[in-house]
Amino acid sequence: MPGTPPKSPLAAPTQTPTALRFENIDKRYGGLFALRGVYLEIAAGECVALAGRNGSGKTTLLRIASRLVRPSAGALSFPDAATPATVRPGYVAHSTMVYDELTAEENLVLFARLQNVDQPTARAEALLHELSLHDRRKSLVRTFSRGMRQRIAIARALLHRPSILLLDEPATGLDPFGFAWLSRTLRDLSASGCTIVMSLHGESEISALATRALRLDAGKVVADTKSGASLHSILTFGGA
Amino acid sequence: MSKRILLGAVAVLLVIAAAFASFYIAPLERTMGALQKIFYFHAASAWAGMDAFFVCFIANLLYVWKRKPSYDWVAVSAAEVGLAFTTVVLITGPIWAKPAWGIWWTWDARLTSTFVLWLLYVSYLLLRSLIEEPDRRALLSSIFGIFAYLDVPLVYGSIRWWRTQHPQPVIMGGPGSGLEPTMAKVFFFSVLAMHVLMIFLIRERYLLEQTSSEVELLQREAEAT
Amino acid sequence: MSLLSNTSILLGKELRTEFRSRELLTTTAVFILVVLIMFSFAINPTAEESRAFGPGLLWLAILFAASLMLQPCFLREQNNDTLSSLRLAVSDPFAIFLAKLVANTLFLLLTELLMLPLFAVFYNIPVLPQLHYLLLILFLGSLGVSTVGTALSAISAQARMRELLLPLLLLPILTPILVVSAIVTVKLLDRDPVVEWKGIGFLAVFDVVFLTALWLFGEYLLEE
Repeated sequence: MPGTPPKSPLAAPTQTPTALRFENIDKRYGGLFALRGVYLEIAAGECVALAGRNGSGKTTLLRIASRLVRPSAGALSFPDAATPATVRPGYVAHSTMVYDELTAEENLVLFARLQNVDQPTARAEALLHELSLHDRRKSLVRTFSRGMRQRIAIARALLHRPSILLLDEPATGLDPFGFAWLSRTLRDLSASGCTIVMSLHGESEISALATRALRLDAGKVVADTKSGASLHSILTFGGA
Repeated sequence: MSKRILLGAVAVLLVIAAAFASFYIAPLERTMGALQKIFYFHAASAWAGMDAFFVCFIANLLYVWKRKPSYDWVAVSAAEVGLAFTTVVLITGPIWAKPAWGIWWTWDARLTSTFVLWLLYVSYLLLRSLIEEPDRRALLSSIFGIFAYLDVPLVYGSIRWWRTQHPQPVIMGGPGSGLEPTMAKVFFFSVLAMHVLMIFLIRERYLLEQTSSEVELLQREAEAT
Repeated sequence: MSLLSNTSILLGKELRTEFRSRELLTTTAVFILVVLIMFSFAINPTAEESRAFGPGLLWLAILFAASLMLQPCFLREQNNDTLSSLRLAVSDPFAIFLAKLVANTLFLLLTELLMLPLFAVFYNIPVLPQLHYLLLILFLGSLGVSTVGTALSAISAQARMRELLLPLLLLPILTPILVVSAIVTVKLLDRDPVVEWKGIGFLAVFDVVFLTALWLFGEYLLEE
């Protein structure tokens, strides 16, 4: 049964270290369960695609993994990390999480400095170049197009070179250039060992990067490629 | 069920006994006469109200620490009961003042502080009514409740200083006026009666809150499916 | 220490944002002015009455203005959910509060200083002789208002009717500041000025109590 703890100690020996572990996690808002009894072990370097209808719990799962949200029951851990308390996953949400009234450069430098990134200005510049936003670096984010904002949002998450990256429908609003950049970036990050968990709708160039896929329904994990389901079936659940 | 009835009966009996004692056992006060007897009711309510707010404060701290909904139920119950007793204080004060001084309100230090206290807990209940999600409501109102209670000594202190700057007539005698022994006994009995009533009311309100929370939960679950 | 460095970085952001638009500063300053003028219309004080009532009315105006000025504090962070990115980036969530309350204190002080000359003129109260003590009182009072106001702004941002709620929550809690600051300022600006150290000490105690409370409980206000 996917999404539940392994039945015996011999069931799933892991050779690769576990980057992220959800241990019987519940999240309740009032009486409603956004997540119920979720058990997941995500190995270091895995690229996991998260599928499911709106309201199935994908966003809650990602927000708990990012440590923004505390689970109502159960525990989140980072077994592989040297100092688990200071683990800081990169997180891309539905909102851009950047300041409209600051420039692109100011935004990235702000978040880089807060996170003690080495040479924050240089790092911000480098990302802006990569994103082809360098010529708009002194413009307020308020003036950016939807695609440009999404690019800045993703850049913000990458500033501190996280070893775990969480993305909530990252391709939303991206223009073809942005989409190609995202695809390239995720491929490179995955190749360099970054653990990626991304929620997606349907199949695409980006979902093809996934080494594993999970489907959530009503707060529970109902399908996992690790337990035999196919990537295709998880991502396209009969058009629902 | 029988424990509840027993507690309620004891509370009511004690309050009636205290009223009886204040009218028939306590001697008439020298200057004010029968009017002064409101004091037993007024001051005992004040004490019970303050203690109810203290219970609310402790419940707020416990909720922030442990996050059990029952602590939040205690908090709202204690706040409402405290507010009820405080309202009694604010009404009996002027009732005494009008015949005694000819004016309804004199910005007397204790009464003014009580009024601010009343406002603080009205705000607390108002805040609660404006947050729908139960866990958020409990957490945010608990922290506001903690801030409000920390403010209480500061309110009393500042208003007392304020009144020393501009002295006004004091309702029911200043801190120096002592109580004759029989009066003191009746007073403490009134305090006891009010406290038992307070405990009974908090408990009843708590049980009500417990039931209504469970109903709310069921409603939300039903709406979700 | 990372709390201080995070706080100073965030303070820089708060100041830069405000000085770019100057929305809060101008609207708050004008509001205090309007309230002061309206008090004169309502009360029509004599010269002696101005001296006796003026300082109290000034503090009342400051409190009303603050209860409006503090509303955007956390509401702004709901645009684009920047509160979440701040929470992810800082090591100590208190840095978020500290930066905002320092910024708010600064904004309040700036508007008060802007209004002081107008206050002195309209109410015929010379403020220059006691300026240093007056600044101390304004600072301690504004710090208290900002500390409590920043905390309550975080709370009301998560409730309905937040525009009405913040003043309703804030003003009763700030009663001690209003009472004490008014007394101390009246005595300071009297014909025979007196510095009430007891009152000034009280304001400092208020500030310490609520700074500590915010430090202890602030992170829970940001929880999801």
